[in-house]
Amino acid sequence: MTARTVPGRPAPDQGQRPGVPLLEVADLKTYYPVRLGLTERLTGGRREWVHAVDGVSFSLARGEMLALVGESGCGKTSTAQTILRMIEPTSGTIRLNGTDITGLSQLQMRPLRRKLQMIYQDPYESLDPRFRVQAAVEEPMLVHGLGGSRAARRDLVIAALERAGLSPAEQYLDRFPHELSGGQRQRVTIAAALVLGPDLLLADEPVSMLDVSVRAGVLSLLDGLRQGGDLGILMITHDLSTAAHFADRIAVMYLGRIVEQGPAKTVVRNPQHPYTKALLSVVPKRDPRQRSAPQILQGETPNPVDVPPGCRFQPRCPVAVDACLSEDPALRAIAGTAPGHQAACLLA
Amino acid sequence: MSLLEVRDLHVWFDLPQGPPVHAAAGVSFALDEGERFGLVGESGCGKTTTILALMGLLPPNASLAGEVLVDGRNILAGGEDSARGHRWKDIAMVFQGAMNAMNPVKKIGWQIAEPMAFHGVAQGAAARRRAGELLELVGIPASAAERYPHEFSGGMRQRASIAMALACQPKILLADEPTTALDVMVQAQILELLTGLSRDLGLALVLVTHDLPVVAQVCDRAAVMYAGEIVEAGPVDVLYHAPSHPYTRLLFAATPDLYGEEEVVSIPGAPPRLDREMTGCPFRPRCDSYFDPCARDHPVLTLVAPGHLAACHLTGLPADERARREGARPLGGSAGSRSAEARSAEARLAETRSAETRSAGGRSADGRSSDLVAGEAP
Repeated sequence: MTARTVPGRPAPDQGQRPGVPLLEVADLKTYYPVRLGLTERLTGGRREWVHAVDGVSFSLARGEMLALVGESGCGKTSTAQTILRMIEPTSGTIRLNGTDITGLSQLQMRPLRRKLQMIYQDPYESLDPRFRVQAAVEEPMLVHGLGGSRAARRDLVIAALERAGLSPAEQYLDRFPHELSGGQRQRVTIAAALVLGPDLLLADEPVSMLDVSVRAGVLSLLDGLRQGGDLGILMITHDLSTAAHFADRIAVMYLGRIVEQGPAKTVVRNPQHPYTKALLSVVPKRDPRQRSAPQILQGETPNPVDVPPGCRFQPRCPVAVDACLSEDPALRAIAGTAPGHQAACLLA
Repeated sequence: MSLLEVRDLHVWFDLPQGPPVHAAAGVSFALDEGERFGLVGESGCGKTTTILALMGLLPPNASLAGEVLVDGRNILAGGEDSARGHRWKDIAMVFQGAMNAMNPVKKIGWQIAEPMAFHGVAQGAAARRRAGELLELVGIPASAAERYPHEFSGGMRQRASIAMALACQPKILLADEPTTALDVMVQAQILELLTGLSRDLGLALVLVTHDLPVVAQVCDRAAVMYAGEIVEAGPVDVLYHAPSHPYTRLLFAATPDLYGEEEVVSIPGAPPRLDREMTGCPFRPRCDSYFDPCARDHPVLTLVAPGHLAACHLTGLPADERARREGARPLGGSAGSRSAEARSAEARLAETRSAETRSAGGRSADGRSSDLVAGEAP
């Protein structure tokens, strides 16, 4: 698929610098305060923090799809929301096209928001039932004061719908969400993100609410969009099979940290971190003959208020040694596998 | 005699206007003690309707035909009066989202003991003791009976709702999407629990899910449902390695596998509306292998091999002709060819529009048009 320039969209080179990744996140931390009850406040209880994102670093290039995988509560969505500055980072930096956006005020963020668009999980909830398709896709332009005349906006809406695979777009303009199938609804929300000409799409579980028969269509659409080369996609998912199929790289999160990252196929076929290994072993396989013994970790992810000392995976780790209790391993390159393959494990 | 036998089950839902929806259309299957049976298909294919009928829990606007035999007795023969005696005691169900439907102001133990008292299985201290035993059985310490649902994690609540379903010692457990809202690691724990229960207690398990890999890993046999009918049934191994119905083959092909290299396909279109008479095969508009008889004759479920049934005209063909026709029609929306899918969407849209025009002037002429939104959950 060749890159298409949406009419009315500024030239894509704005802010684009060679050699600078589209998105660069360094040591990002997002903590939420735990609300104290009355008794705790009166007795001078200590303020506690949920360590939702606790030192996350990664980068994403244009034309690339990075899958952030992990169980619920591991900080995937908090990471995405912090990148969007929907919640404020506690520390760390977020660079978009090389510009640090961490310290920008909400007013300064506003023009940048069109560069960062979010695709939500549930198209049954994220579309206003009283908005026709045209209004739903047009609204972002009205918010940002873009698109020019009404007729020009209509053309942009049509171009975005076509780009999202709803073709001929004229057939869909006057429809309400309830007249669309789940897959079509999700395509409408993708069109509403595309209409602003974003550099980065953050897709939070984009197909988990859709029927299995239409999932591949929506994922291929995202795949085609980033292969056009002018945008990057950060896909948040709990589905490792989907990540292995559609993403270039996978980053596995556990308790607010990336514990392993690398090229998707390498991470899936040659996992280095014991958490990744366990996670991969419990993914059900399609072939009934591949009933391998899953390595089921007992219990659940610890509370991110009290992060375990040493390696945060150590209490559930099947191979932990004494050093894991005291040393918090950083992500480091793994020798002998693909370039860019990193794991945060003392034993890897 | 099988433990559970469903014979030619039909369910219709009456709507305020228009013809009734034929949500289950002649569903038959049987299962034995300790067997794990999967019921799979897209949303709106009649999976949940079927198992709600087995529980006798269909809403008042439903009408029903067919037989559900438990140990040879038809439990639906006398309507609610006969169903009541079997519900929870013989057949129990873990509802979809059950873990989020607990009473927030009652302790877990109380909630597990309640059905025992209601059905006269145990009272008072005996019921409380049994609630503790059930919690232990599903892997939760008995002392947790004194805790409230909000103190449990999602996985623990799902375990507790399984314990609740087991309160009256049923022989058959129906589980509707029991792991859909759970993380993979917790999903693996729950599936291990369900497998263990069926193995250790001889519980017959019906697992309803849209997730084929889950069925492939847990169940012995499975049935694939489409448009209210079982279109293929057999051992899971056969369904994956030698499917006879194109829908089964395409469903597997639409499911990405961790190590699979092959392209993941999407099946364009949506299941047909069930409030209209259908001519021919319900899957034909979305099929990649249809040929002449598919538009004309409704295929019936026939034996392909011992224990393997399929409702597809292809199965009647000689092997070489079958191989030639299988997958011969290009699927509009295979991965990568976006425009093709868009084309098929356009075709469907046009079809719907013309159907609407036609129904406006009376009944739809062919009664066959697949609606754009049919099959989507309300």
